[in-house]
Amino acid sequence: MIINHPLLGPRDAAEFVYLGDASLIDRPDWQAEDAAEAFYEYGYLRDNPAGQHQELWYHEQGDRSWLVVTRDTLTHEISKVEMARDVARSRGRSK
Amino acid sequence: MSQTNRIKGGLIDRNQVMNFTFNGKAMQGHAGDTLASALLANGQRLVGRSFKYHRPRGIFTAGSEEPNALVQLRSGAYQEPNTRATVAELFDGLTATSQNHRGSLEFDLMAVTDLMAPFLSAGFYYKTFMWPRAFWEKLYEPMIRKSAGLGSLSMEEDPDSYDKGFVHCDLLVIGAGPSGLSAALAAGRAGARVVLADEDFTPGGRLNAETLEVDGTAGADWAAQAIAELAAMDNVRIMTRTTVYGAYDHGIYGALERCTDHLASSGGKPRQILWRIYSKRAVLAAGSTERPIAFGNNDRPGVMLAGAVRTYANRYGVTPGQQVAVFTNNDDGWRTAADLAANGVAINAIIDTRDAPAVCDVPGARHIRNAAVVDTVGRKGLKSVTLTDGQVIPVDCLAVSGGWSPNVHLTCHQRGRPTWREDICAFVPGADLPPGMAVAGAANGSMTLAAALTEGRAVANAQIKALGMTPSRKAAPKAEDEPRDCAPFWHVGESKNRAWLDLQNDVTVKDVKQSYREGFRSVEHLKRYTTLGMATDQGKTANIPALAIMAECTGKTLQDTGTTIFRPPYTPVPLGALGGRSRGKDFRPYRLTPSHKWASENGATFVEVGNWLRAQWYARPGEQGWRDSVDREVEMTRNSVGICDVTTLGKIDVQGKDAAEFLNKVYANGFAKLAVGKVRYGLMLREDGICYDDGTTARMGENHYVMTTTTANAVLVFRRMEFARQCLWPDLDVHLISTTDGWAQFAVAGPNARNLLRKVIDAGHDISNEAFPFMGCGEVTVCGGMPARLFRISFSGELAYEIAVPARYGNSMMQVLMEAGKEFDAVPYGTEALGVMRIEKGHAAGNELNGQTTAYNLGMGKMVSQTKECIGNVLSQRPEMLLEDAIKLVGFRPVDRSQKLIAGSHFITKGDEATMANDQGWMTSVAYSPSLGHSIGLGFIKSGDTRKGEVVRAVSPIHGTEIEVEIVSAHFIDPEGERLRA
Repeated sequence: MIINHPLLGPRDAAEFVYLGDASLIDRPDWQAEDAAEAFYEYGYLRDNPAGQHQELWYHEQGDRSWLVVTRDTLTHEISKVEMARDVARSRGRSK
Repeated sequence: MSQTNRIKGGLIDRNQVMNFTFNGKAMQGHAGDTLASALLANGQRLVGRSFKYHRPRGIFTAGSEEPNALVQLRSGAYQEPNTRATVAELFDGLTATSQNHRGSLEFDLMAVTDLMAPFLSAGFYYKTFMWPRAFWEKLYEPMIRKSAGLGSLSMEEDPDSYDKGFVHCDLLVIGAGPSGLSAALAAGRAGARVVLADEDFTPGGRLNAETLEVDGTAGADWAAQAIAELAAMDNVRIMTRTTVYGAYDHGIYGALERCTDHLASSGGKPRQILWRIYSKRAVLAAGSTERPIAFGNNDRPGVMLAGAVRTYANRYGVTPGQQVAVFTNNDDGWRTAADLAANGVAINAIIDTRDAPAVCDVPGARHIRNAAVVDTVGRKGLKSVTLTDGQVIPVDCLAVSGGWSPNVHLTCHQRGRPTWREDICAFVPGADLPPGMAVAGAANGSMTLAAALTEGRAVANAQIKALGMTPSRKAAPKAEDEPRDCAPFWHVGESKNRAWLDLQNDVTVKDVKQSYREGFRSVEHLKRYTTLGMATDQGKTANIPALAIMAECTGKTLQDTGTTIFRPPYTPVPLGALGGRSRGKDFRPYRLTPSHKWASENGATFVEVGNWLRAQWYARPGEQGWRDSVDREVEMTRNSVGICDVTTLGKIDVQGKDAAEFLNKVYANGFAKLAVGKVRYGLMLREDGICYDDGTTARMGENHYVMTTTTANAVLVFRRMEFARQCLWPDLDVHLISTTDGWAQFAVAGPNARNLLRKVIDAGHDISNEAFPFMGCGEVTVCGGMPARLFRISFSGELAYEIAVPARYGNSMMQVLMEAGKEFDAVPYGTEALGVMRIEKGHAAGNELNGQTTAYNLGMGKMVSQTKECIGNVLSQRPEMLLEDAIKLVGFRPVDRSQKLIAGSHFITKGDEATMANDQGWMTSVAYSPSLGHSIGLGFIKSGDTRKGEVVRAVSPIHGTEIEVEIVSAHFIDPEGERLRA
């Protein structure tokens, strides 16, 4: 596979490390009342879609960027590649 | 034997004689021959025995689709089994042997299997060897494997080397036959970067095997001219002997180049190269493969595919027989008769299943219409064929054509399914091609030469345009459309004797019908039940006729019957090529510590720790074994001073305004209040609350921290911290750099550690206990001005420091430390002594932080902060992880001090039976403690913290041992920590 890195252009997937579902960005609030339940879901439950999937890839053999790659699990077509930091900020993460 | 079957013509160089042997028999061939063509030239029809029935078999095809002629090449460590003789290029000195027989090829003792054939039909093994169950693995399977099978391995290490290659192009053209050459010429002339790959050693495809003309020139000559024109273009790369074996994601193709297989010796060069081809677009011009018709005893040596027979005549100047008949259901079979007749070979008959007029005039040949072959005679070589009407025709070669199947394989590598085209009786590529791929020529069902040439150019031009380039205006090469009519005909129903479909796996028409009767009717079930289409040829010639017979049984169309899924590789790829350079020590290169040179000059024995080679111990003359060295290193360190290279621990430089807050989030214990010039132990959890890693972090400045990790997790911790930084808390002002390789670091431990360091650290740096207390850190200079970092931390439990210098000075630093330590009798120590001292001190390491244990288990539960946000603290508080009788880390010593503890032993309460139900925990680390004079251990045991003084049994069923041990504090040495604060 080839991942079109937003900063570095098309790079071979072998340069990257795969982590999994981009929902890992959405870490629950540790102080919420249901924090234990929320962390259980965060840690153990994943969707397994046949189709579009947002997932985290780490450019370990490159610039160490974490990326959010939107990939079709049926065709491996990659429709979008974003900097994970931008995605995290857009989902309201800060400090 | 002489070359009795050599005829005139062909693309061979008769001036170059190649001597070779087959089963020890000396033979001769010429440059340009394959092993198969040379064997046929020498009249060798019998070349092997079949997989299951040990039937005599000959050469069936002239290409990579060969199911029968599998031979062993070369000898000794270079021996290579299961090579297709049809693609093995002949070289002078080649030795080849046949395989899968006991005794000689002519008198195979295992041929008796064939007499048992009525009992050995599809599913025989599944049904027969069911009981008793235990016999399968021990008796039945080894026995069956011994009687069936292919060639054998040399069992020696492969002396050849293999390489990996990477190449990029605008357009990849797969196949250099007429459509591929036409495509490559169009793209090359347009200026595109083209890679043209072909599995053959002479590009041209069928042009080399036919007598057809292109642009008024003989086809083979036109192909040579086209290759010459392409070779002169800087933007075109021609890769011969290169099979594109797989179509992968995003325009990436896998290809195997056989660089030296055609030479007597690789001469030190890579034998094969596994290429990864990155293409923007691709044209598949893989041609087509002829298929047989099934009839009784159609597997005899001498029964061959018609296209192959004329390949041998036209390309290699060899006739596979002297009395030849053709059996065909299509026009193309007639070409074989015509081409052989033109070379003076006797054509006894053309047996056409169709009731149609002659396709062309073949002098001397009888045209038998509406007829078929029902049986053959000649066990080790064809003698005659019998037709449906009973007449017998004496022949030594029967050329069979059941039509041609486009090579759609690569179009299906991304789950595309082919489509049946009734008009050409063949599957053609379906609509779902791998992105970027287009198909041209016979592979696309455009079966005539003229159509292939035109389509090659047109498809390449469309690809060029799609890339935004301007196609060349030059016209497509011209040729005539040859007759290609074909009428479906798969199997001669009148045949009483076994009719073979898959020659490689000995699958017959009867097996397919039986598979149908027993309910294995989907093509995937058919394949698995009968083994149809498995092994080296993957059923290239067999699959379509077998599917057609299944379609007859089920009454479905071929479209609805479908094919099995085509997967890479198209032809076999050796494991050696897939491994490439990654073998032996190169599989995972070592990393050497900065003081490696010094250590290897001073008697170190090394051990692999992750990627690193670390000194394990330093043997001295007279020491009888590793324990002598390790005990001495521990004693000398604890009595005076020892030095150990600890560079392998991960080092991460953490800087930024929010560095403290960041560390507070990734460590479970608090870091917000660590003072400048201080070091703190840090524990990292996984998000599920299990311990992940530990180490120390030193605050070097206001916004500057230096973290250490365990050796094993150095890369993973860094990756995880980048995840936390970018994905979880993206607005924290913090930056990370891995500095593991940047600094050489040495532990200097023992009561004389400070005295030694005072000699090395420049005057002016006060390292007294008051100025530089336990868990202090700071920047110093050594050896007259060289910058260094000093950390007062201790893994051994002694007064100890770690000193770091730029990595390039590491080896010198070791020398300097040892030189300065002479007066204290300083000793270098390795990982074993390091391990003994940490067990004596009760420090947890990898055996304890094993991915199953929590801070609570390790006795560090209180360190996990619940007053700040940090990874893992929420789930660490799950009730199941905080049970009162949870396992706790404690120390163990044998009641009988002379007994040796065993790591991995499980603890059983006295009086209880040693069963899983009574399991109390396990021993994680053991060592002989030179300081205490007996064996000691660390381990987890239920409620260990409240059971000190209790005696339990440490049971190891594996070793058959049971030792009484006393539960004690994990801190065997200096429990109050007086030494390390000294």
